[in-house]
Amino acid sequence: MAALLSPVAPGGQARTAPTPSGRSGWLARHWPFLLIVPALLVLLAVFVYPVAQTFVSAFTTPNPGMENFSWFFGSSANVAVLTRTFSTALWSTLICLALAYPYAYLMTVASPRARAALLLIVMLPFWTSLMVRTFAWLVLLQDTGVINGFLGLFGVGPFGLVRSQVGVLVGMVQILMPFMVLPLYSVMSGIDRRLLTAAQSLGARPIVALARIFVPLSLPGVAAGSTMVFITSLGFYVTPALLGSPSEALISQFMYTQVSGMLMWGRGGAMAVVLFATTLLLMGLLGLAMRAGRRRKVGAR
Amino acid sequence: MSARLARVALWATGVLVAAWLVAPTLVVIPLSFTDKVSLTFPPTGWSTRWYANFFSDSAWMMALANSLLVGVLVAVVATVLGTAAAFGLSRWASRRGAAVANVFLLAPMIVPGIIVAIGVYAVFLKLQLAGSLAGFVAAHTVLALPFVVTSVTAALGTFDVRLETAAASLGAGRLATFRQVTLPLIMPGVVSGALFAFVTSFDEVVVSLFIQSPTLVTLPVQMYSSVTRETDPTLAAAATMILVLTTVLVTGGLALSARRNRAR
Repeated sequence: MAALLSPVAPGGQARTAPTPSGRSGWLARHWPFLLIVPALLVLLAVFVYPVAQTFVSAFTTPNPGMENFSWFFGSSANVAVLTRTFSTALWSTLICLALAYPYAYLMTVASPRARAALLLIVMLPFWTSLMVRTFAWLVLLQDTGVINGFLGLFGVGPFGLVRSQVGVLVGMVQILMPFMVLPLYSVMSGIDRRLLTAAQSLGARPIVALARIFVPLSLPGVAAGSTMVFITSLGFYVTPALLGSPSEALISQFMYTQVSGMLMWGRGGAMAVVLFATTLLLMGLLGLAMRAGRRRKVGAR
Repeated sequence: MSARLARVALWATGVLVAAWLVAPTLVVIPLSFTDKVSLTFPPTGWSTRWYANFFSDSAWMMALANSLLVGVLVAVVATVLGTAAAFGLSRWASRRGAAVANVFLLAPMIVPGIIVAIGVYAVFLKLQLAGSLAGFVAAHTVLALPFVVTSVTAALGTFDVRLETAAASLGAGRLATFRQVTLPLIMPGVVSGALFAFVTSFDEVVVSLFIQSPTLVTLPVQMYSSVTRETDPTLAAAATMILVLTTVLVTGGLALSARRNRAR
């Protein structure tokens, strides 16, 4: 956090300057730093300063104090926005996990060619335009769209898929799937499958061997993927704004209306603080969990 | 028997996920050739009228021109800044300093876009940069930098530093070594970074929605506002062109990265 907010690149001059030979010695050792400076300056001006200023405005605009936070947490409608954002993030995480786990497992057992195809399928949408995908979902999910048409063949529907939480989840899961599949796959492909054979030779049924050997070993991938998906989904704007119902706004949409429409900078800032603090907290927890997991593994050896 | 059942279930999930991921994108292409005025899928008749409509509509053409201009400028600026930074990171003797600077450079990927958007909007309003070309280029450059840094850092990771030592021992200065030895060898990484930077800018919506002005609208912003207003298949034509352009560029970028890995 300090690294993100502090206006100077930490460690730049202060920490790494114990060269006794003075200026030319510093340059001989640290000339590469000068190559990083232009990029850091641009980041400072167009990223760090604006973001820091947004956080500060939460406590200062229009008046110094916590009024923006008491406004936000004081109204049940606002808290409902926050709860809805979290529940949407949770649902997308769960759906992604339920689908990505077998998909990543399939990648580890498939032939090299099928594996390459499965990987390509995950990567391609990763890089296709967000607007294009959201527009496509709008077409597919509309009342007269393909999905309702298909359901109609079985005599169900039509459902109001667009302008609803279902539409938001369908769109978000598609966008977030790579963030779940890739960490899962990278962990699963490192699991020694001979352990499963060993368990089965000792009499465990395949399903038991899978549940007691493979699943526990894949948990770091589950943790990393879930955190990535959850965090990313908290900040979604375009998908919920276009596929969701205006009366069920998520926090990003709420921030947009407060700032762009009403110019309530302080309120936008307060929500930015809440959103960012949550993100950092979750990333910190993931980091701790990973470290604990690694230590346990080392200890077991 | 149950093993076969499990296998079928596994592949069924795989197919479902693959369809979920790929199908929506593919729907857009046939839709853009529909002869109907509505976005009904599948189309019943074919025409290219929506492309004609796109290219004769000044709003869409302006948006396309703006997006291309901003994208190219962002690709140039972000690639120069990002390549220099990645090279500096890989050569900086202070590993701790380099690690901190690296986190810093990748931070725009982690902070939710809406937070960046609000902050940039506030600062740009004050500096009267909102809606300006310089403003768009600056904002998109920051978002594109992490991709360039990652891509060039990966290329430098497979680069044999002894080649630089060899060049230096033959009397080449630092700049000459970089230009004649290092840069040509990391070029695939630099080019794929530039492609990703262009695509990042070309596809950016959230920050652009805030800093747009009536005189400067980019293609995704134009799409966003027409999606909320009308259901005109011109949108599908625009989407198809964006799709083709970004897919070609990204595939190019990925192919360059793959070649780099094989060369190793």
